[in-house]
Amino acid sequence: MTTAAPDVPVPTVRRTLRGFPELAAEVRDRAPAPAWLAGAREDATSFFAEVGLPGSKDEEWRFTSLQGLAAASFAPPRSPAVVDRTTVAPFLIEHDRWPRLVLVDGRVDLTLSHLPDIAGVTWGSLADAIGGGNALVEQHLFQTVPVEANAFTAINAALFVDGAFLRVAPGVVVSDPLQILHVTTTGATNSVVAPRMLLLVEPGASATVVETFAFAGGGHAAGAHPYLLDVCAEVVVGAGARLEHIRVQRDATSAWHVGFTGVTQDRDSHYRAFTLALGGRLSRHDLHARLGAPHVETLLYGLYLGQNEQLVDNHTVIYHDHPDCNSWEVYKGVLTDRAHGVFNGKVIVQPAAQKTDAKQTNRNLLLSDTARVDTKPQLEIFADDVRCTHGATIGKLDEQQRFYLRTRGIAGHEAQVMLISAFVSEVLVEIEQPRIRSALQQLVHGEMHALIR
Amino acid sequence: MALLEITDLHATAGDTEILKGISLSVDAGQVHAIMGPNGSGKSTLAQVIAGHPAYTVTRGSVTFDGKDLLDMEAEERAHAGVFLAFQYPVEIPGVTNAYFLRSSYNAIRKARGLEELDPIDFLDLLEQRLQVVEWGPEIMERAVNFGFSGGEKKRNEILQMAVLEPRLAVLDETDSGLDIDALRVVAKGVNALRRPDSATLLVTHYQRLLDYIVPDKVHVLAGGRIVKSGGKELAHQLEARGYEWLTG
Repeated sequence: MTTAAPDVPVPTVRRTLRGFPELAAEVRDRAPAPAWLAGAREDATSFFAEVGLPGSKDEEWRFTSLQGLAAASFAPPRSPAVVDRTTVAPFLIEHDRWPRLVLVDGRVDLTLSHLPDIAGVTWGSLADAIGGGNALVEQHLFQTVPVEANAFTAINAALFVDGAFLRVAPGVVVSDPLQILHVTTTGATNSVVAPRMLLLVEPGASATVVETFAFAGGGHAAGAHPYLLDVCAEVVVGAGARLEHIRVQRDATSAWHVGFTGVTQDRDSHYRAFTLALGGRLSRHDLHARLGAPHVETLLYGLYLGQNEQLVDNHTVIYHDHPDCNSWEVYKGVLTDRAHGVFNGKVIVQPAAQKTDAKQTNRNLLLSDTARVDTKPQLEIFADDVRCTHGATIGKLDEQQRFYLRTRGIAGHEAQVMLISAFVSEVLVEIEQPRIRSALQQLVHGEMHALIR
Repeated sequence: MALLEITDLHATAGDTEILKGISLSVDAGQVHAIMGPNGSGKSTLAQVIAGHPAYTVTRGSVTFDGKDLLDMEAEERAHAGVFLAFQYPVEIPGVTNAYFLRSSYNAIRKARGLEELDPIDFLDLLEQRLQVVEWGPEIMERAVNFGFSGGEKKRNEILQMAVLEPRLAVLDETDSGLDIDALRVVAKGVNALRRPDSATLLVTHYQRLLDYIVPDKVHVLAGGRIVKSGGKELAHQLEARGYEWLTG
């Protein structure tokens, strides 16, 4: 027996982001926008005022508590702390060679950027592209990451003042990877940084993009510098185009990092993502890929390392709307102390999407008894001639392997490093660009030592 | 003094006593074969010598080169020169054979206070040792035992042994499941590594391996005890008569 719910609205307490109205007002005053953008900001502001921060009853945020964020207060940012080339070099790969777009506290800094002329490549400040009346921006912005996708996409839409715009013209093959570095400084402490990115890879083009998020206020263990980095990236991969998209999150361990990447792919395109999450007290990344035409290939690889009280959450959604598409997804995590990992992988196969080949894997290695993982595959399949599989594991270091190593003289710290390296290498080797692969292998190797007690 | 001296060794796995008083003495330069039916405790003996944590020694002693082996961790035994060739070699996806072998080789050198070998010098050493098992260098870039056939896994154990040059090698049923070619290669490896200052313990169910590796002594294990010891002719008797006449 169930009782019919009474038809009266249940009063719920909307948890808001303290300081949000002031931040939104400040952005309106400081960064004037064309009418279409001003309208979006208004929509975003009222949408967020209506929904507030998600709570634990929200299925998408069931395991990821935002209590800490709701308790914090945010104010408009101060001027960024001084950042020079030596500050940013460690966060870049081939810092003296590859082109780069550097943003400091959410705004492009042209003195730190290196934007050589590359035939067929247009990139730079998103604010400049908007100010210059670039029609592509108006056409594409908020399409793959809608204002109202969730509370945080609305916050971003209301608060972004700059970001990155990239367009690779049809048929252009860009050989050097394009790096977009987001540096957050102590100027953003107790504030919100909300950059937005629009990446357009036109038909037949090919590129590699590295997005890095880093804190420039000292090392990993830098004191309390709470800030919210709320970032949206909109990615359009045209017919026959190819994009390798690397995302490296190295925010301060006192920061909240919430990101949403929306991808839409046209026929015969290839999108390959690698998502690395290292920093943040709370790190959440949504990656939604829409396979919007037949013969699309989508590869999503992810790796997360967590220690202390870190919470690292990855939500992915793959929309198979058309026939003959493949998606392949592998996320791996290594967690110690009281760290908490969350993985939710949704694959939606529509009736028209026959001959879909989709595989999803999430594997977790727990190095302590108090680390924890909530992993949830969600396959929603409405077509009958498909191959869709998923698998999730949560385990400790293998005792047989440990003994085998000990009989070969390898024990303790060294044995753990070897076995954890082996575990993470399965996804790291999937980075196609060799120089990026080796740089991230090195980065992960260094971080891994911090996890071994 | 014997290189390996086992005296009245008792060992349990959980509540079950598996080894019930084994005494055995192996001199440097010797090869001893441990034979016996399934479930006799052969593999347990090999694992106890290597220091597997699943087994508890309840009585007796094991002395290696004058040192109390039972007082040492598994890795310390490896550093001291004890090597176990596993009956079921463990797969380690994501770690290449080359990296694994070099790490092992250098871990042992480091524990002995020796300088680690750099990758180039190690490669030279490896090239020589690969010849022992008749392998080309391509095997070194494959992950340790991952996707290896049964024969390849056993051969890989012999390669590790050839690189590490142990003073006591314990081969746990290295011959089981091998075709005649693989068996020949394994035997060749063991024979090539025979030295006056080292010893080998061959744990085997069949006499077949002993056609290629001639043991100095043969011990028959049954019910957790050595029920008969003899020379190499004992192996032939076992081949002809089976184990029943010894185990009742």
